[in-house]
Amino acid sequence: MTVIPLNHVLILATILFGLGIVGLLVRRNVIFMLVSIEVMLNAAGLAFVGAGAHWQSADGQVMFLFILTMAAAEVSVGLALVLRLYHQLHTLDADAADLMKA
Amino acid sequence: MTVIFYISAIVAIIATLRVITCAHAVHALLYFIVSLFSVAVIFFTLGAPFVAALEVIIYAGAIMVLFLFVVMLLGHELEDARRQRVGFRPGDWIGPVLLAAILAGELFYVFWSSGPPRAAASVIGPRAVGLSLFGPYLLGVEIASFLLLAGLVGAYHLGRRDEDAEAQSP
Repeated sequence: MTVIPLNHVLILATILFGLGIVGLLVRRNVIFMLVSIEVMLNAAGLAFVGAGAHWQSADGQVMFLFILTMAAAEVSVGLALVLRLYHQLHTLDADAADLMKA
Repeated sequence: MTVIFYISAIVAIIATLRVITCAHAVHALLYFIVSLFSVAVIFFTLGAPFVAALEVIIYAGAIMVLFLFVVMLLGHELEDARRQRVGFRPGDWIGPVLLAAILAGELFYVFWSSGPPRAAASVIGPRAVGLSLFGPYLLGVEIASFLLLAGLVGAYHLGRRDEDAEAQSP
């Protein structure tokens, strides 16, 4: 039974992270930008878990739990900001909120 | 069992590609949930079953439901009339269903093949993770609780209805 090499896990994590950053740069909808950030956090967690499995240590999974906690806090605050933005500007376009003082 | 990993990796890449190219927010969230499921399968093949369960429960269960709530809340005003006419068009759901069917096929394959998957060198179960979490990483757990409290207070403060702004601009 062969073991999955660490390189392949890291390549997959890099591809997912790249897709997330492309989505963050291309999309202008605020909800899509938040989803792209989630994709990137998930890819980082995949890299941690893959490294933890490679060295047979629980530290990678512990780091993934911290990333999960941070993602939950970030999403709650981010979605509250999205609701405020929509109520103020009546749009979800990120370019509509390019002024510091509305 | 390594073939499970590579099939799940391809499913994850396709689903994530559809996440950033979908025009409709709910469709993109469906694809993202499929992507999270496939990453959970990858965690399982890497010998991390506890994290795989948490990925499904917390990420796909809690965080994505939060996203869907907000999208439904905002989309209600945007396209209420159009949404009433849309029935069960196959083009809306056939992509996520096909990708999820691949993952379900992997699940049945694992059930019917003998024994648990042994692609990883060793399986690190919830016991080892918990001992590490509340042993050397106890300070990190406390800081994470601070972070969650700050997120709770911040979301409450931002989501509160602002009476002064509504009185000025009705």
